[in-house]
Amino acid sequence: MESNGYSDVVSQQASLDAAAPVDQTHKGCGAAGGSGRASCGSSMAPEDMAPGVWEKVKNHPCYSEEAHHHYARMHVAVAPACNIQCNYCNRKYDCANESRPGVVSERLTPEQAARKTLAVASAIPQMTVLGIAGPGDPLANPEKTFRTFELIAREAPDIKLCLSTNGLALPDYVDRIKDLNVDHVTITINMVDPEIGARIYPWIYYRHKRHTGRDAAQILHERQMQGLEMLTERGILCKVNSVMIPGINDRHLVEVNKAVKSRGAFLHNIMPLISAPEHGTVFGLSGQRGPSAQELKTLQDRCEGQMNMMRHCRQCRADAVGLLGEDRSSEFTTEKVMEMELTYDGAARRAYQTAVEGQRHEKAAAKEAELRDLDGRGGDIAILVAVATKGEGRVNEHFGHAKEFQVYEANAHGVKFVGHRRVDLYCQGGYGEEEALPTIIRALNDCAAVLVAKIGGCPRATLKEAGIEPVDACAYEFIDAAVLAYYKSYIDRIEKGEITHTHRGDAAIRQGAYVAA
Amino acid sequence: MPYKIIGSQCTACSACEPECPNNAIREKDGTYIIKPEKCTECIGYFDDPQCVAVCPVENTCVVDSSVPRYQA
Ligand code: SF4
Ligand code: SF4
Ligand code: SF4
Repeated sequence: MESNGYSDVVSQQASLDAAAPVDQTHKGCGAAGGSGRASCGSSMAPEDMAPGVWEKVKNHPCYSEEAHHHYARMHVAVAPACNIQCNYCNRKYDCANESRPGVVSERLTPEQAARKTLAVASAIPQMTVLGIAGPGDPLANPEKTFRTFELIAREAPDIKLCLSTNGLALPDYVDRIKDLNVDHVTITINMVDPEIGARIYPWIYYRHKRHTGRDAAQILHERQMQGLEMLTERGILCKVNSVMIPGINDRHLVEVNKAVKSRGAFLHNIMPLISAPEHGTVFGLSGQRGPSAQELKTLQDRCEGQMNMMRHCRQCRADAVGLLGEDRSSEFTTEKVMEMELTYDGAARRAYQTAVEGQRHEKAAAKEAELRDLDGRGGDIAILVAVATKGEGRVNEHFGHAKEFQVYEANAHGVKFVGHRRVDLYCQGGYGEEEALPTIIRALNDCAAVLVAKIGGCPRATLKEAGIEPVDACAYEFIDAAVLAYYKSYIDRIEKGEITHTHRGDAAIRQGAYVAA
Repeated sequence: MPYKIIGSQCTACSACEPECPNNAIREKDGTYIIKPEKCTECIGYFDDPQCVAVCPVENTCVVDSSVPRYQA
């Protein structure tokens, strides 16, 4: 078992036990070899990630699927201007690269943003990352963006700073980014071929001129690559986001993956295009569709062998506050924040973070035990299992209260997170919404089971009919261990001839803004 | 003729404000406006009017024909 390495940061972080095999299809340490790094057995970092990089990302709620159960980030909307136009964006709303189309966040001045950040960090010790991602492009608003970072760094130096950009202005600001100690930058890169770029970007504004067509895409491409290289040279972590647009860049993203990896990006996050006519975007109006869940997963799987893929991105709204997927922004409106008494308590925050470390180790041990128990049974059989959770890495959400389900893939060698599915709340004010159930079933259609803390009799029967087994036997257990236990029972039942393994179909990705109720 | 911003279309994204070489643009009541006496149509600075080039909403920064042309 010591020869199994990981290419997938998600499964790696979910395990924390470096010696446990996770996915047989990944190359082992031996095969990857020659990097001169510590062996898998002694290093927790995935094989294609430099050790220093792993240190920086393991607690980052945006980059570590495992950490996002425990830590939180927030975004402040201080940057309304943009310097390019994307066909999936309607600029009445927030930048579609980091949030959902159709969402407008409250615009803040740098001073308001800094105050809001401190208020949230004081109330929520999990809040460890502050990001600027819009509503437009942070680097098209450099003064507002950097002023916000300066104010926060002065008051709360323990908070990590990050920003997301389309990359056009990036080379001009890399040194300022470095000086301000910003250690995470996300660039949205949808193409490395200007012909394809011309179908995604109608124009850019660069050096006092509007460029269109291939010319625009060529400039944008060169600036993105240059910016990425400059970040890598300076040791600043860089993640790449790509929007998967079927028929335009879906196959091309494999090339994008190679190009960004060779320039030092440590994660590549492929997001589905979210497109509907009511968003008023060029793609929405032209009927350009987004990918299905299986199309997205297939592309992510194709890219995975080459670098760390990030699958838990929720394309959350730019001013979201709280753990990923849980939004507490209404507690921190500008009005409320301006009236709050602020005391920034670094010690309380550190105490929380220490407690979390303990839990994470407990969780790893539980998974380890299940894996030993499974003992490689199951052969080639892989299944997807949906989980209802509200954090801490446990199966702890009621089916009817889940706004999204996390989807895990289990096979004979382990379990890994593969994505999340947003759904409409089934239970609104205590009674089940009958229209919501078919939507949930469509979203989970490729899963064999759904693990929940609790579920009512009616949805239970309907799920069973649809071939999705509802399971509440593992309520409040750690997710990885619970998914593996389910897999084991699944294999047991196959061996006893009680059930047969069938390939389940595809599932739908919900269109629309992620706005927590 | 100087440029003007059609307020009902402006998203108040602020992109035009820092690009104007004459500081002719500012925010007023949730939308952006151009001071006609300051706007030079970017003549003497750039080939294209910058507010037009950067604005995300087509036909929002337009020539204001009610005011005489700028004389360089
Ligand atoms: S970079 Fe963001 S804000 Fe700018 S056009 Fe693209 S999606 Fe919209
Ligand atoms: S045309 Fe030029 S000078 Fe006039 S408002 Fe626009 S940017 Fe300013
Ligand atoms: S660039 Fe256009 S939309 Fe943005 S503030 Fe100026 S006029 Fe308004």
